[in-house]
Amino acid sequence: MSQGNLSYNLLLDVKGLSCPMPLVKAKQEVNKVSSGMVIKVIATDKGSLKDFQGWANVDKSIELVHQATEKDQDGKEIYVHYIKKK
Amino acid sequence: MTPEITKDSIQDLKSQIDTLQQQINQLRSELSSIIEQKDKVAIVVFSGDLDRVLASMIIATGAAAFGKQVSVFFTFWGINAIKAKRKLNNKKWHQVMFSLLNPSSSSQLPVSKMNFFGIGATMLRNMMREKNVSTLEELMKMAKEIGVKFIACEMSKDVLGIQDEELIEGVESGGVAYFLSHALNSAMTIFI
Repeated sequence: MSQGNLSYNLLLDVKGLSCPMPLVKAKQEVNKVSSGMVIKVIATDKGSLKDFQGWANVDKSIELVHQATEKDQDGKEIYVHYIKKK
Repeated sequence: MTPEITKDSIQDLKSQIDTLQQQINQLRSELSSIIEQKDKVAIVVFSGDLDRVLASMIIATGAAAFGKQVSVFFTFWGINAIKAKRKLNNKKWHQVMFSLLNPSSSSQLPVSKMNFFGIGATMLRNMMREKNVSTLEELMKMAKEIGVKFIACEMSKDVLGIQDEELIEGVESGGVAYFLSHALNSAMTIFI
């Protein structure tokens, strides 16, 4: 897992949404894209870190490429997930 | 010393290979049915309490997002969660009473503790809105969008005199056998 500017095919903004919506919205996008594509998900729900890890453990159709905790302009924590459709 | 190769020994080997092949095929089919089982989740919603129905919908949508086939069975008080409106015609008097004393839709559901004639439920909904948590109605809509099946218990409907027109759209009906055929083929069954 390398830090930095990972490339992605689709950006999904789920800021403000809480459990289980970030996961559900991400799954809906995964269903739409073709295999090999990477979706970058931006969330404000802290639980999404563990949620996406759990998802990747169970759902063999996706791979969690990278996760990061960043700060937005207001200094609020945001959680970024890169998921790849296998 | 190599064993002598005879017609008989070749024949013997062939039959052994055939037996093994059969066993492998049998194991394969058993394995695929186990894998299929792992892909299903069955949930029974017996309760008509807002907090409990919420928990069921969070698990249902979460499991569906994990790629599972989720079936939710609404029975007894749980039927209140999938009501859309109240209709009193074609009901016997005690069914009318029951209908009037029960919530007419999911928005009227009480909480299991500290309800205080609905004040508790309203408070919980407000607290959830403040935290940007999806409402029960949003979760149910999302659940259906992502492929969660809703099934109303036929017997509860019959006893309580609930008609299909009173229920939200996209709800099937089924009995215990229908539920069991789902639950027995599921990796996980939850009763709420």
